[in-house]
Amino acid sequence: MPGAIYAEGLVKTFGDVRALDGVDLDVPEGTVLGLLGPNGAGKTTTVRVLTTLLQPDSGKAVVAGIDVLKHPNDVRRSIGLSGQFAAVDEYLTGRENLQMVGQLYQMSAKAAKARAGELLERFNLADAADRTAKTYSGGMRRRLDLAAALVVRPPVMFMDEPTTGLDPRHRQALWDVIEDLVAGGTTLLLTTQYLEEADRLAHDICVVDHGKVIARGTSDELKAQTGGERVEVVVHERDHIATARSVLAGFGMGATTVEEHTRRITVPVTGGAKLLAEVIRELDARGIEIDDIGLRRPTLDDVFISLTGHAAALTQEEDA
Amino acid sequence: MTTISTTTGPAAPRPRGGVVQSVRDSLVVAKRNLIRMLRIPEVVIFGLIQPVMFVVLFSYVFGGSISVGGDTSPAAYREFLMAGIFAQTVTFATAGAGAGIADDMHKGLIDRFRSLPMARGAVLTGRTLADLVQTTLTVVVLAVVALIVGWRTHTSLGEVLAGFALLLLLGYAFSWIGALIGLSVRTPEAATSGGLIWLFPLTFISNAFVPSDNMPTFLRHIAEWNPFSATVQAARELFGNLPPGYPVPDAWPMQHPVAASVMWSVVIVLVFRTLAVRKYRSATV
Repeated sequence: MPGAIYAEGLVKTFGDVRALDGVDLDVPEGTVLGLLGPNGAGKTTTVRVLTTLLQPDSGKAVVAGIDVLKHPNDVRRSIGLSGQFAAVDEYLTGRENLQMVGQLYQMSAKAAKARAGELLERFNLADAADRTAKTYSGGMRRRLDLAAALVVRPPVMFMDEPTTGLDPRHRQALWDVIEDLVAGGTTLLLTTQYLEEADRLAHDICVVDHGKVIARGTSDELKAQTGGERVEVVVHERDHIATARSVLAGFGMGATTVEEHTRRITVPVTGGAKLLAEVIRELDARGIEIDDIGLRRPTLDDVFISLTGHAAALTQEEDA
Repeated sequence: MTTISTTTGPAAPRPRGGVVQSVRDSLVVAKRNLIRMLRIPEVVIFGLIQPVMFVVLFSYVFGGSISVGGDTSPAAYREFLMAGIFAQTVTFATAGAGAGIADDMHKGLIDRFRSLPMARGAVLTGRTLADLVQTTLTVVVLAVVALIVGWRTHTSLGEVLAGFALLLLLGYAFSWIGALIGLSVRTPEAATSGGLIWLFPLTFISNAFVPSDNMPTFLRHIAEWNPFSATVQAARELFGNLPPGYPVPDAWPMQHPVAASVMWSVVIVLVFRTLAVRKYRSATV
């Protein structure tokens, strides 16, 4: 039984560029899939195909049990889309925007009005409801855009980089909203360049690069693939690097790596905080002065770099 | 900020489909565009300046130098001119529709609309209907200015209204050309210039500002078969603004301007609506 969002072998080319090169996805009902990747990886293109906005060259897509290519209009009744560019009409008030969207979801004018009022209240926009969206802050626009995606109760939601460009406070607030949404049973596909965001919100993560899914799993599984904990030491004196390295090698479970110019030595370990304390005592006993020491668990950033060979936010191509 | 009940909204009703839904969705979008016009009145006001300027410039600068059916009086030219200015003004709706739709594409609103279970043509129909309202307002203001500078009609009220109806129909048809342009270009600025440049040759190689019978043969044929000329000629007839001695060209559209005007406008709507709606369905920024 395929999930609430299912895709098989999606291919889409724009001229010479293979924006999607055989994307497979399967998102179980009520879960969040984080689509993680740099700009230009194919995240937005995937969302556009799944939300009926773009016809793929080949492949199959099923959303909420409905074939996207055969019955796009039925799919549209079952999805909410919240985009990267906060698609609200800036010359309409918040209330007018939501009423219009409700009516275009085929609600009666009266029902659309009532729903708009409800959503404005819940998204903390009641005070600004009758001001044009032009006067809204970035955070308010995102909330209005998200509210527009929730005018009907869509069983499946797509959010394309919902927090890009938001300050940390607004990002946090939006995460809370998304978590509420998912607790209510909505299936969500979320694209993001922020590893932290995928880590916090997504049950499963697909890492995409160059139009392909290059890794998938839970955040913990992906981190485990990259390796376990490491001890990282920065020694004060360059002359101490060799000694410190041999100390660390004695505790390590694998090869030590040394970065000469930062005087940083890293070694994979098992044993956690207790082991860290032993390392510190041993280095101290040998008279090695340390600037910094810590136990590092891999972040999704490490996962990303080890998978793609580049950091998530480094490439600057436009997302096709 | 929000509670769990965010997700307990109403389910989307089953779309009615068919003409009823198309009409309703188009009106919802038209209302949205009209609200925008009210909130950005500059657009409407600037839309008025050019035609008013043309009325004043043409009637005072050219009036008296151009012979209309053997009559060189400024008053005769003024009467002759007005239908041309009205027709040129309504075709400027092309630029408005084009820029508006390009702007919606650019801002991601078209994506929002396309992800909703709404009638396929409604976004464009709503836009062209709103433009028709704006064009009507512009024509009313322009008619008042024209009356002030001495333009008069010499026919029944019904015929005058029929003349204006043909002009507005032409404007509506041209806004569909604008819709297609708006969907085909990348920026609102490109849509504005793309919607305007070709209008100048189109409106000048016609009978709008001077009688076509003095043009070189090649241009005269174009002018006589120009869709634009048919409406201008029809409006002149219906307003009673053709001077008694004015030679009506032999070309079919000039002999039957009302029929030709309706036909041209309907054909333009059908062709460009089909193309624009097809383009809309696959629109990408």
